[in-house]
Amino acid sequence: MGFENLVLGFQVALQPYNLGIAVVGIILGTVIGVLPGLGGANGVAILLPLTFTMPPTSAIILLTSLYWGALFGGAITSILFNIPGEPWSVATTFDGYPMARRGEGGQALTAAFTSSFVGALFSVVLITLFAPILAEIALKFGPPEFFAIQLLTFSSFIGLGGGNPLKSLVAILLGFILASVGLDIVTGALRLTFGFTELMKGFDFIIAVIGLFGIGEILLTMEEGLAFRGARARINPRVVWQTWKTLPRYARTFVRGAFIGFWMGFKPGGATPASFMSYAFAKRFSRHPERFGKGEIEGVVAPETAAHAAGGAALLPMITLGIPGSPTAAVMLGGLIIWGLQPGPMLFKERPDFVWGLIASMYTGNIIGVIMVLAFVPLFAAILRVPFGILTPLIVSVCAIGAYSVHSSMIDIWYMLVFGVIGYVFKKLDYPLAPLVLALVLGDLAENALRQSLIMSQGSLLIFVTRPISGVITLAALFFFALPLITAYRRRLRRSTVSATAETP
Amino acid sequence: MRAADLVTALVLMAVGVLVLADALRLGIGWGTDGPRSGFFPFWLAVLLLVCCLAIGAQAWRARVTKPFVSREGLAPVLKMLLPATAAVVVTQFFGLYVATALYMGFYMRWIGRHSWLAVTVMSLAFPVITFVIFERWFLVPMPKGPLESWLGY
Repeated sequence: MGFENLVLGFQVALQPYNLGIAVVGIILGTVIGVLPGLGGANGVAILLPLTFTMPPTSAIILLTSLYWGALFGGAITSILFNIPGEPWSVATTFDGYPMARRGEGGQALTAAFTSSFVGALFSVVLITLFAPILAEIALKFGPPEFFAIQLLTFSSFIGLGGGNPLKSLVAILLGFILASVGLDIVTGALRLTFGFTELMKGFDFIIAVIGLFGIGEILLTMEEGLAFRGARARINPRVVWQTWKTLPRYARTFVRGAFIGFWMGFKPGGATPASFMSYAFAKRFSRHPERFGKGEIEGVVAPETAAHAAGGAALLPMITLGIPGSPTAAVMLGGLIIWGLQPGPMLFKERPDFVWGLIASMYTGNIIGVIMVLAFVPLFAAILRVPFGILTPLIVSVCAIGAYSVHSSMIDIWYMLVFGVIGYVFKKLDYPLAPLVLALVLGDLAENALRQSLIMSQGSLLIFVTRPISGVITLAALFFFALPLITAYRRRLRRSTVSATAETP
Repeated sequence: MRAADLVTALVLMAVGVLVLADALRLGIGWGTDGPRSGFFPFWLAVLLLVCCLAIGAQAWRARVTKPFVSREGLAPVLKMLLPATAAVVVTQFFGLYVATALYMGFYMRWIGRHSWLAVTVMSLAFPVITFVIFERWFLVPMPKGPLESWLGY
């Protein structure tokens, strides 16, 4: 059953046009991943308007290839320039940059790309196996189940996201509030417009993503005054081959990283903890833990495998449930809606060519990706040697173009600028941006699910716990919401017992 | 940092109050066909106010002496933000292509201190390439001004 579908998918993904699209996507994605201020999420957001005229399958292939490319590109800046483009690349810098400083940049990059490839491939295989099953289960879901899953999505930001849980919650609430601005499609009432006609159409999350992640990130980079003094990498087939010969030694690290990544990754905000966790495990089980942090190749393999397994896994809830696992997946989900597709489990029944083309393109995209980045690393790294005086206006202009082209509306460029300043302030004060964006994307869906559930139960919130599936999910969500309180309580308890035992002689 | 934290919490609380007021206007109870329009925003605003109060209290008690932005850090941030804002104003009146040309040129000369030749080439090449990609290939129109209409677009 699943296998025939995959063959069908490959027939779509291997069409020359779609292969070409994948190559373009990987190149653009890697460039975007290397550039400061442009990451996967807003790269996808900026290019989204260009896909409106494409067939949906090619469009999603372009965007997912961009996503893989951006993930690969992040490894280049982490290793050669010690600049983690994304939070989940932080752990890669620990050992990647020392290696590059020692002149082993080629080995580090080869290890990073190979681990990324293995991690992503592992996730894609699991997606191939589990996505149809999950979609089948999800077909039986009603509004209470969907609302419960959304609760779980947001609770994991609070329980697992690290940082200040209150600020995570504020970010989520703000996202939902921004999403509710404009016309209420159920009752037809105008909400939170305060008489301004410009506010009637609400805030588009694409603009928010471009502003928050794009402009905000550049403002941060400016303040830190980063000078890109990178290590040079010599990478050639011999280096690649010799590194590959050593990698089977780390088979266990690969497997562990891939499992951690997938398990953490299909929940939102999971990629960063997954990469750190995988790094910590690799260090604990290593025979030479003292070498970690000084340029140990295993310290590159572990976080990269996990981060990319997580990056792949984030697409699983998006295609099966219509609930994205990461900001980038959220933007893709927005794309699906714009292309006229209804995200969610029905997609497997209604558009198998789209779903399986997408899944097959994850295989082809990763294979093309790893070959391209290995071949062209010096070119991509050269981008960061372009002077800042040119890069900055270029990136800002590209952001503005992307923001304008969504609705051909001038006010969106202004919104982008405002969101940029908000993004800068929030980032500095530790308000997380990813949950805000996710809430903005899911706002209408979540509210409708809540409304329909309440109509079903005639106003009783108990419906979320009395139905078996939604009950389990809701309880899990409540647990994650309470997790910061529980850990704080336990810490206090432990501290008091420690001080108590210290006092007694 | 503490002041910035407090101010942000206050601003967010003001947002919360605005949302609360509008939610009450729309009705937060049960309408003829389910929860009314203000129901969801009302509870969002209530939670937001509670959280911001708690964050404000945390910030009040915290003793962080680190400033939100250092004096050396602020200058480059403003040097990026102000030209960008100016470029958006120019876009509003003269279209995106003129604005990006001026913005590129100004920034490259002022911050990057590049030669006039490089400045001229880049600030002409970028809008032209953008024009070809967006208006010609992908048929996505950009904001245009008097220059483009004079050229016949």
